[in-house]
Amino acid sequence: MTNTKESPQTHFRSRLDIPNGQVDLSHGGGGRAMAQLIEDLFRHHLDNPLLRQGNDQALFGPVRGRLVMSTDGHVISPLFFHGGNIGSLAVHGTINDVAMAGARPLYLAAGFILEEGLPLADLERIVIAMAEASRAAGVPIVTGDTKVVERGKADGCFITTTGVGEVPEGIHISGELAAPGDAVLVSGSLGDHGIAILSRRENLGFGTDLQSDSAALHGLVADMIAAVPDIHCLRDPTRGGMAATLNELAAQSGVGMLIREAAIPLKPEVRGACELLGLDPLHIANEGKLIAICPAERAATLLAAMRAHPLGQESAIIGEVTQDPQRLIELETPFGGRRLLDWLSGEQLPRIC
Amino acid sequence: MKFVDEYRDSALARDLARAILAEARPDRDYRLMEFCGGHTHAIFRYGVQDLMPENLRFVHGPGCPVCVLPMARIDQAIAMASQHGVTLCTYGDLMRVPASERQSLLKAKAAGADIRMVYSTQDALAIARAATQQQPAQQVVFFAIGFETTTPPTAVALKTARAEGLRNFSVFCNHVLTPPALRAILSDSADEVARIDGILGPSHVSTIIGSAAYEFVARDHGLPLVIAGFEPLDVMQSALMLVRQINQGRRDLQNQYSRAVSPEGNTKAQALMRDTLVPRERFEWRGLGWLPESALKIADAYADWDAEQRFPVAVTPGREHEGCECPKVLRGLMEPTDCKLFGRVCSPENPLGACMVSSEGACAAYWLHGRSRIPQRTASASAT
Ligand code: SF4
Repeated sequence: MTNTKESPQTHFRSRLDIPNGQVDLSHGGGGRAMAQLIEDLFRHHLDNPLLRQGNDQALFGPVRGRLVMSTDGHVISPLFFHGGNIGSLAVHGTINDVAMAGARPLYLAAGFILEEGLPLADLERIVIAMAEASRAAGVPIVTGDTKVVERGKADGCFITTTGVGEVPEGIHISGELAAPGDAVLVSGSLGDHGIAILSRRENLGFGTDLQSDSAALHGLVADMIAAVPDIHCLRDPTRGGMAATLNELAAQSGVGMLIREAAIPLKPEVRGACELLGLDPLHIANEGKLIAICPAERAATLLAAMRAHPLGQESAIIGEVTQDPQRLIELETPFGGRRLLDWLSGEQLPRIC
Repeated sequence: MKFVDEYRDSALARDLARAILAEARPDRDYRLMEFCGGHTHAIFRYGVQDLMPENLRFVHGPGCPVCVLPMARIDQAIAMASQHGVTLCTYGDLMRVPASERQSLLKAKAAGADIRMVYSTQDALAIARAATQQQPAQQVVFFAIGFETTTPPTAVALKTARAEGLRNFSVFCNHVLTPPALRAILSDSADEVARIDGILGPSHVSTIIGSAAYEFVARDHGLPLVIAGFEPLDVMQSALMLVRQINQGRRDLQNQYSRAVSPEGNTKAQALMRDTLVPRERFEWRGLGWLPESALKIADAYADWDAEQRFPVAVTPGREHEGCECPKVLRGLMEPTDCKLFGRVCSPENPLGACMVSSEGACAAYWLHGRSRIPQRTASASAT
């Protein structure tokens, strides 16, 4: 998108052959091919006034609140899955990281690393998904970068997205603010994204129509802070799932937690797939859910606000923050026994027997 | 998930817990060994020990195929991949198991060996088929491991490879048999034997070999054994059955998992295994040493698909970490928390012994699910 001196009005002799073409090294070479890729594909779909400036950076006016900024690299296999693709994921993921500070996301930047041989049609699907996601969220992609690497050096396409947003006055949400007695809430069923992705991997022996939950959560967050401005923590349980997120928050805040396993929303498909593969759904990634921690007396109000939003209909209060110098997350099993919910060690792997 | 929920009903669990409490005599204690890692997993995953009376304790046995695989076999697999340049396909659990010289399959992969994680023998066959098109010289080895449960798919893979004439595929066979391992634990020399009052017997394994395979436990060793399913309610019901037997002085083979296990097992699968695999004279088990007739190797008719014959490597005995107490943990002689390395230098991030790697290993189960109770545990944990 940037790194080219071609003006946005450049006309090329022939159009980019998107249905049949592939990314090749010339698309990252800084010459005419690259300019055409940017023009016909990226600018065409992502079009907005700031991107149209055509500079190596986006220049925008002053913002009011405190600024937040977040960046995230997206490497995912397969690139396309039920409920989205790497493009929509890259937009949602960064919007969510910005929103978890209670912020209103304003702008996104996107960096692409493309592998030689990637079909242009696939790239277009990805860019269209990004355009749709950013338009639906009202957060434009205002600058970007494209590089092409040789075949075998990337998994088709890597995308890094950076987002900036502003935090409204009086809002202070951070991972170290969980206090003993606080309530822990989750905005819906867990593990949908991870299982949707796994089911697309070959030879896994199970099929499911389960959709990824990939979604931009800033609207939900806005409703939540309107109802309960003193939310203590917000975080989206992406990689490592709910287990990793709760452990992170406990470590940051120096507290423990007691979670009631029976209260955690889980879809039957997710439970079934986890049974089959010997995985724990609480370790599985989500892309459209959040965990909230707030004072216990505000929990019912917060829950009502979450359930009133389309992305929070299945919200639930799942447990409470405890005083624990060891910072352990304890899970009360449906049986009434207890177990620890720990970080995952390495990658979660299927059991053999 | 109806079929799963039935076995995880919390009201039923409370009823069973009450029944066990009522049945357990206060003047004695009950040490029940769960043979399988699947049981260990369920006990920790659902906090089943919490629902048991104080005087009933689960003792963890050797029933995790990853934990009992000796280091030398991992060394051998790494050597196949690095010396012979084969593509080594293996189940994920094996990737982080410590090998000699601080190696593991994961580290060998990072260093450039072609090691791939697969979910089934079919994946490995597919990789081999694809290679015949693209790189005909590439050899694909499936690192087969597991008890009798995972053996039939290996047998099928061997048959498929022969039927298709797949010359670039072979199997590194590490399948082991559960009855000899159980016999070995129960026949340990007197000072080494863990005090066990009853055994939760293998369930998935028994679907293949049948419950009758464990009759020797009652007959030769005078212990009650209940074939127990892996669901938490199965484990609890089996514990109740064992407590009853113990109280009545009975020593019977009982089958709690009758919904899947018959006395004779799956005769078709057995025939398949007999066709392709034969007993090894002896095989080394981590923690139990060399046990006679305790593992399978590839039958002569399938020698062309035997990776051990095709890619011979010099094997030296693997060097275990000196302080690792896996051998004692696997025989129920010691609780993981009694190992000096537990939680200090040995954790799932940096496993020094195999029991800390697999989610079914006793050390990993203690670390992942039971760490919060360690002070009490260590206080009450006596080995023998
Ligand atoms: S804690 Fe580690 S070193 Fe000790 S017995 Fe368990 S696996 Fe072996």
